[in-house]
Amino acid sequence: MSSDQPFVTDDSQVLTDTRDARLAGADNRFNSKLREAFGSSPFILTKFDKFMNWVRGSSMFMLQFGIACCSIEMMHTYAVKHDLDRFGAGVPRASPRQADVIIVPGTIVSKFAPRMKRVYDQMPEPKFVVGMGSCTISGGPFQEGYNVIKGAEEVIPVDIHIPGCPPRPEALVYGVAKLQERIANGESSPVVVKPYELEQFGDLERDEIVDQLAEEIDTDDLVMRYNWADSP
Amino acid sequence: MSLERPETSESKSVQRHSADELADLLGDLVIGREEHINAPGYVIRPDSVQETLSLLKNEAGFDHLSCLTAEERADRYESIYHMKKFDDPTQEVSVVVPTSKDNPVSQSAEPVFRTADWHEREAYDLVGIEYEGHPDMRRILLPETWQGHPLAKDYDQERPQVVSLREHANPLQEDHRDDQDSETMYLNIGPHHPATHGVLHLECTLDGEQVADVNPDIGYLHRCEEQMCQNGTYRYQIMPYPDRWDYISAGLLNEWAYARAAEDLADIEVPEYAQVIRTMGAELCRIAAHMLAVGTFALDVYGDFTAIFMYAIRDREKAQNILEDLTGQRLMFNYFRLGGVVWDLPEPREEFFEKTRDFLEELPEALEEYHDLITGNEILQSRTIGTGVLPPEVAKNYGATGPVLRGSGVDYDLRRDDPYGYYENLDWNVIVEDGCDNYSRLLVRMKEVEESAKIIEQCIDILEDWPEDERNIQSNVPRTLRPEDDTEIYRAVEGAKGELGIYIRADGTEKPGRFKIRSPCFSNLQTLPEMSNGEYVPDMIASLGSLDIVLGEVDR
Repeated sequence: MSSDQPFVTDDSQVLTDTRDARLAGADNRFNSKLREAFGSSPFILTKFDKFMNWVRGSSMFMLQFGIACCSIEMMHTYAVKHDLDRFGAGVPRASPRQADVIIVPGTIVSKFAPRMKRVYDQMPEPKFVVGMGSCTISGGPFQEGYNVIKGAEEVIPVDIHIPGCPPRPEALVYGVAKLQERIANGESSPVVVKPYELEQFGDLERDEIVDQLAEEIDTDDLVMRYNWADSP
Repeated sequence: MSLERPETSESKSVQRHSADELADLLGDLVIGREEHINAPGYVIRPDSVQETLSLLKNEAGFDHLSCLTAEERADRYESIYHMKKFDDPTQEVSVVVPTSKDNPVSQSAEPVFRTADWHEREAYDLVGIEYEGHPDMRRILLPETWQGHPLAKDYDQERPQVVSLREHANPLQEDHRDDQDSETMYLNIGPHHPATHGVLHLECTLDGEQVADVNPDIGYLHRCEEQMCQNGTYRYQIMPYPDRWDYISAGLLNEWAYARAAEDLADIEVPEYAQVIRTMGAELCRIAAHMLAVGTFALDVYGDFTAIFMYAIRDREKAQNILEDLTGQRLMFNYFRLGGVVWDLPEPREEFFEKTRDFLEELPEALEEYHDLITGNEILQSRTIGTGVLPPEVAKNYGATGPVLRGSGVDYDLRRDDPYGYYENLDWNVIVEDGCDNYSRLLVRMKEVEESAKIIEQCIDILEDWPEDERNIQSNVPRTLRPEDDTEIYRAVEGAKGELGIYIRADGTEKPGRFKIRSPCFSNLQTLPEMSNGEYVPDMIASLGSLDIVLGEVDR
């Protein structure tokens, strides 16, 4: 190798090529619809809420949560073939503190319901719930069992129900995509008051704010709805 | 080189006892005789359980308490101990223990068979029989606050039961459970935890970093399967439920357990062609189930969510695609019918055969990859070899079956020892490893995949050559099945996790009077404290992973 001619790059040429490629021409990877919409300005104006909803819908952190048969299909949804990650919703988090979506995949029985409620309560707001499969919707094939809760809705608010026993991974992907769409549009379930939050209020010093907050709580809503007689 | 003829394993013959010989052995203990379809039944007094069981265990060699069925009858409570021999599971005996209605107390079998511990707790929980001398008579599946015993006759199924918010009490509030001097720490793992394979709660007591005691708390997925089956008709309504016991795609294996019991009960023939299809489908299911077991085991041992888990899911997906073509469903197959299967192979058949062959052809290479990634990996080896040791005698005493037992060096496989389906006519081996540790259980599963592939290959060859006009997928079965009143049967098959048995007592109607599921995982999980006491917490997690439990089957 000869060293008398050092390797020199004609950087003016490179810059021009790159700039040309970005602006127009053969390679138009960078000329997206969005860029067209922006025009020459790199700024867009929107409402902050709207922006935040879009952000939330576009990066969802799912709780790694398995109950029963549906969780097998849920694992397949996360894995190679279906790859929920492609939809901006595929990072399974082992801790509820890091997750904002909980997929409830399976039958909820009386012993597990309070525990699931607790996990749900530990998730930070805003949080969303996907009810996966017939059992989560209504108790499914086990609805007549003495021990089976007739749907996750008895315990926590559910945003999207995905029917099936179990739903195929495609169905779960569709459900999650629909949930993202709803979140991006600013729709989601109302937030519930946690029963033991009231106890926590009780520990606080009663200043004006605590008084005001405590007044806003409707105590009828506080108990977990385990209404077996009225449920279908 | 010696001239002596080598001793073959075939020469191992197990002494058979006729029903009368056993009656002579038990002598005065027997107060009545029953005839179940699977085995002779001896009725004994509730205070002589231990004596009878230890006689049968020590004198007659019935060393496997495979199942305990409890039931409330019109005039009495009844527990039935189903006993077998590990060396020859076709030799069975039932010990029937009736107790009075007003005072349902029976002697515990726990000192004779450790496995009776959980089985008796379950019987107490669901039926309400109390076992005297049991070390820990508590509810096992239902919450402590539950009122009544749901499979008892006077239980009101309509009555709502409220699980109070006290269940919300944080169990971690006090780290020291015992008195102040105690050095141990109490740690909850689960019911929501990535390593528990579902909703299992492990109450661990730690001494430093070592596990001093672990108490698996189950029942978070108790879906009343036995009750659901008792409410369904034999012909069609029960078959969907087995798919949901061991839901890791082992559907056909579970369906076979029910099909085998019900077919023997109602005396239904299954055409040979259907048997071949069943055998092929069941082994595909076994591959799918073991794939997930291997993938999640790697996940447990070194948190590998990227490579091995994805590889395992990839290969599982292939098996599932074939099963989907075969059955029309992806996970809950509902493919078996009493007397056969519901559909023939999919048309065009050549395409199906080709697809399956392709899968089998790629399998050795894929398994080679697993061996490189998992069993050949030094990290995994140093984490799994010599940890979670389960000696064969302990495993037998706990009634462990399947890869867990074979990983402890006990040669027991119902496909060979109690043949059903088409297994007898095929050429394959039972995999046994005598390491007794987590590694050998993993190895058994990986090698079983190869054996299953062998079976499938032979089945495909047979199916391909089957004459077109003899493809009989179902025999004639009456629309409504009403087995005779008071006939009883216990039949088991080799599921992906071990011996999956069904006990049915017919009551003359089209629905079973009692339907009891003996799930392998329930017994296997009992060995966890035995394996992990004294180990580190991560090794306990590895042991749990190597047991390959499915909570749907543990809790049923």
